[in-house]
Amino acid sequence: MNGFNAILRRDLTLAIRNQGEVMMVIAFFAIAATLFAFGVGPEANVQSRIASGVVWTTALLAALLSLERLFAVDYDDGTLDQLLLSGVEPVVLVLAKTLAHWLTTGVALLIAAPAVALGLQLPATGYGALMISLLLGTPILSLLGAVGAAIVLGARRGGVLLSLLLLPLYIPVLIFGAAAVEGAVLGMTTTAPYAVLGGLLILALTLCPWAAATALKHAVE
Amino acid sequence: MTIENFPTAVFCGENLSCRRGGRSVFTGLSFRVTSGEALVLRGPNGSGKTTLLRLMAGLARTASGTLTWNSGDIRDDGPAHGARLGFAGHLDAVKPALTVQENLSFWAELRGANQADVTQALEIFSMAHLANLPGRVLSAGQKHRVALARLLLGNTQLWLLDEPANTLDDIALNALRNVLGEHLQRGGIAVIASHGDALLAQANTLDLRHFIQNKPIMAAA
Amino acid sequence: MHKFANPTFFMKIANGIFPWATGISILCFAVGLPLALIISPPDYQQGDTVRIMYVHVPAAWMGLMVYGVMAASSAVFLIWRHTIAHLVARASAPIGAVFTALCLVTGMLWGEPMWGTWWVWDARLTSMLILFFLYLGYIALGDSFEDQERGDKAAALLALVGSVNLPIVHFSVEWWNTLHQPAIFGLKGFSVNAAMLQPLLLMVAAFQFYYIAVLVIRLRAELLSAKIRTARFNLAAAE
Repeated sequence: MNGFNAILRRDLTLAIRNQGEVMMVIAFFAIAATLFAFGVGPEANVQSRIASGVVWTTALLAALLSLERLFAVDYDDGTLDQLLLSGVEPVVLVLAKTLAHWLTTGVALLIAAPAVALGLQLPATGYGALMISLLLGTPILSLLGAVGAAIVLGARRGGVLLSLLLLPLYIPVLIFGAAAVEGAVLGMTTTAPYAVLGGLLILALTLCPWAAATALKHAVE
Repeated sequence: MTIENFPTAVFCGENLSCRRGGRSVFTGLSFRVTSGEALVLRGPNGSGKTTLLRLMAGLARTASGTLTWNSGDIRDDGPAHGARLGFAGHLDAVKPALTVQENLSFWAELRGANQADVTQALEIFSMAHLANLPGRVLSAGQKHRVALARLLLGNTQLWLLDEPANTLDDIALNALRNVLGEHLQRGGIAVIASHGDALLAQANTLDLRHFIQNKPIMAAA
Repeated sequence: MHKFANPTFFMKIANGIFPWATGISILCFAVGLPLALIISPPDYQQGDTVRIMYVHVPAAWMGLMVYGVMAASSAVFLIWRHTIAHLVARASAPIGAVFTALCLVTGMLWGEPMWGTWWVWDARLTSMLILFFLYLGYIALGDSFEDQERGDKAAALLALVGSVNLPIVHFSVEWWNTLHQPAIFGLKGFSVNAAMLQPLLLMVAAFQFYYIAVLVIRLRAELLSAKIRTARFNLAAAE
């Protein structure tokens, strides 16, 4: 637990010192959503029809953008070697770093999402579902992302590769996240997508740290 | 800093072989170091000094053979082996955004050392005046001193050093000699890869040239 | 079972199987194709369009099965570190990707007359599309490392992660599909009668043995390139 806290605190400190990185993720989120608005035109009813999907898709892409550096920085400067030799269980290391990633990127996306949704004319009934689905869904993005980020360590073109690997794996989260928002907008019950997202989160929590830890151990071999 | 002596320990490698990129680097290598002894690894470029150190650390995997600490396989409990060893590789693992003090405090926390240990380690490598400087302004030699100071945190009995004298000035080199001497006197063990001049007055040497065997591994049909 | 891990022994068996697999595959194609494309009766609903199914269905099965083979041999590779298991996975990937692509293309060809459009987000087709992306990711990852061994392990782990994800993706897509398009005549609306079953099974057998034959050829190539790599390292080391 000592190790978990230390790593979490260090990663959060680094994120605060390098604020630019989180800012870039948020800026990307906003700009990508704006592009969608330009793509479909300014008609309010068209935008509000697709808002749930667009907000979720752009949030997902923004999260993806930040994942490449999750382990790569520590891998490049030798910190990963030292962390794996510090007596901390690799799974604990992965959990701490993933939580730090979610607390910075995931929470930042959560805060920015209503503003982006407002710009895309998301109907008022959708905001609660948007926040809940993002709250359940973004940790899954971080957890799956940790696996991907650990797998591509040491690869050429890590960034593009990471997108290629992760986007197919993100599809279920996108489907249920966007469905929850759309369901709320249409006045339907949203229990089913929430339940599935919760189930996926639990599944990701049990499997992903283990897979990422395995990949990290392979990466330093 | 704890002054008490380490318990007696034996670190052994038996019949080790290692492969890298489809060829074997060395094979049939055995060694034995006990408390208070140092082992210096020698050999030309590509003879596997760094690889052997990473094997000893438990980062890399042996193709065959076993590494034991007091006759227990180091693979059986990776975190425990990590907790007893200090590793100083080619990479210094100094975070540019953290101050020298913060860099070391993080590792101290992970390894259960306290602030007094950090202060003392900084003094030993004459870096007390650099304590509040961020890692990004340090020179290569200064970063390397931070990496060496890390060895003093957490009461590690086994030190694995990869060309520790690189980039050090005379003062730092002397500090390293003193620290090493003290470590061995307390019953510590050090394995040092070096092709330069001797750091220690007396040490066993292991010349990797005797174990090089560039034999293809893949027996193909 | 660990005896099979020896590449020499493994290839001996593989080379023994090769002429048989090739022969059976050719035979099944020779009998199955005319049966499927000419002799078998047209469907009462789909007419002659149904003949696409004799290629589409086996291709879909093979796409899934080859991914299963990849995941299983990747697990063997990660647990027991048998290089040959990874070579099987690595050699299978492009074959599986082509089967999946074939399934997608035939699905589109079938969709045009049946749905009036080349692409419909039908649950099965969409799942196959995502499977195709998983194959692409696997192939790209394996080729992206300077250190071959590192690439092998990364790719093996990805195959396992993908195999856990595939059922979840399929379930999600199915759910998504029923949510948005409740009443569509999907590709699954293909009821098989006896006259259709025979050519279908022949085509499945033809695809299976085709896979085995191509796998052996690709394994030979993989082992040869491993030999070349080793020879190069030895040259560099001997300099």
